[in-house]
Amino acid sequence: MKRVFAKEEYCVGCRVCEVHCVVAHSDYKDDIVKAFTKQNPRPLPRIIVEENRPVSFALQCRHCEEAPCTKACITGAMQKDPITGVVSNEEDRCVGCWTCILACPFGAIARDEQGRKVASKCDLCSDNDYAPACVKHCPNAALVYEER
Amino acid sequence: MRKMKYVIVGNSAAAIGAVEGIRKSDKESPITLISDEPYHTYSRPLISYYLAGKVSQEKMYYRKPDFYSQNGVEAILGVKAEKLNTAERIVTLADGRSIEYDKLLISTGGRPFVPPGLDVNKLNTFSFIKLDDVKAIEKLAKPGSKTVIIGAGLIGLKAAEGLAKLGVDITVVELANRVLSAILDEEAAAFVQQQLEEHQVKFELNTTVDQVLGNEQVTGVTLKNGKQLDCDFLIVAIGVVPNTELVKDTDVRVNRGIVVDDSMATNVSGVYAAGDVSEGYDLIYKTQRVLPILPNAYQQGENAGENMAGAEKAYKGGFAMNAIGFFDYPMITAGIIKPEGDDFEILVDSDSEGKSYKKIVLKNNTVVGFIYLNKVDRAGIVRGLIREEADVSKFKAELLKDDFGYINMSSEERAAKLLKGGRSA
Repeated sequence: MKRVFAKEEYCVGCRVCEVHCVVAHSDYKDDIVKAFTKQNPRPLPRIIVEENRPVSFALQCRHCEEAPCTKACITGAMQKDPITGVVSNEEDRCVGCWTCILACPFGAIARDEQGRKVASKCDLCSDNDYAPACVKHCPNAALVYEER
Repeated sequence: MRKMKYVIVGNSAAAIGAVEGIRKSDKESPITLISDEPYHTYSRPLISYYLAGKVSQEKMYYRKPDFYSQNGVEAILGVKAEKLNTAERIVTLADGRSIEYDKLLISTGGRPFVPPGLDVNKLNTFSFIKLDDVKAIEKLAKPGSKTVIIGAGLIGLKAAEGLAKLGVDITVVELANRVLSAILDEEAAAFVQQQLEEHQVKFELNTTVDQVLGNEQVTGVTLKNGKQLDCDFLIVAIGVVPNTELVKDTDVRVNRGIVVDDSMATNVSGVYAAGDVSEGYDLIYKTQRVLPILPNAYQQGENAGENMAGAEKAYKGGFAMNAIGFFDYPMITAGIIKPEGDDFEILVDSDSEGKSYKKIVLKNNTVVGFIYLNKVDRAGIVRGLIREEADVSKFKAELLKDDFGYINMSSEERAAKLLKGGRSA
């Protein structure tokens, strides 16, 4: 399957990927301003920028073939789609126990405690028909979406 | 492929893992799943959420309602598998039916441990493992009613949290000197105890129940420390032991649990075991151990299923790990958290104002355990380092930092882990 990969030599640590991840998961998918002003609570970014100058890179769910989070999930909310390969959390069934955070070796799952507690993670922008928003909007092509 | 008759006894994480493991390669052969509980597969850890009213019974399903039909599983629910004849490969059910198998998985889980001498036969005495336990408890759990919970482990404290939210007056009795003694050291346990006490849960530590009072019905307990506690109901949550009843009087080897190899096979041909009933490999202690935790149960079950269907796939082993929280105070722990001996190096970052605590235990520059209280984000990275037995000497100084991550590893290490995507995580 296609995944997002970082090219850390091109990453400038601008965090534009985080901004567009928030927008893509808001109710205002094409409007940064509205996403940041009108939506409350605002979705968390599902991408993490790690930084230790001069190195930086963005990291999100690897959508593992044998995804440890899906095997560890106590409710069955975290599932890997057998066709697309996308690992996603059915938030309605998630109780925020954080066993997936324990299981994920990439540290790619975040706690969303703004409403009901749920695990928040990259869904490869499965709702959209274009490349993931982080890849599309990276100003220096430091993120690529490809098969490896 | 010749059709196999698969039989699975149990209906929780290991059993479901086995169905999914079998179906990775064998889409055709019939699977019969037998459980003494009458319910569609549900998440056992959710019973405390159910009790507190946070999750309805309809939302407790561990897999979707069409799981059995989608996976070609004949589920025999509400009927106990009573006898196993390994020579003829037959499981006999309580209703007299005989089920033949080519490959059998025993995933019967755990049963409550009751110490000798403790009277658990009076009315209103419960364990806290299954849905039926909480369905009985909820009838008595009214604001102002009183309960005593024996055991301050994961189960006892989750019961306490659920009941506290219902306004029940709770005292937890624990033989150890602290709460959660299996997963927390003294300092961490003090933080967690304080959190629970702030929500009106009371504790009696370093003692245990001497006598259960009442005639037919529990009215209270006396403790070894001389105190007496009144209660309307009693919850016994001292621990679970492997539920090995089905293999009694068979040749299946049992130590503490049913002993399995790295393919989850027992010593008897065609018989596998997985989950809380089994005793598999612990890759931190490097020995066979019972590991009664859900992620291990699922993975063992999945591995058993794959091997039952003919794959030759070794399970590397598991280790103790838990993510749990009480009243929005989260913690994640894994492995050896209170080592004994000189071979260990301990890193600690404790912040009593922020109520956070991080402890990492190292041996020969590999991580063998950790406790994260309150600051639990990205704990899985460290769990991954345990699993890989990675040498952490180059970034040891960074391990405790809140922003510890792949940035602290060398670019080669990082590339090796990240650039291959999720192919072998």
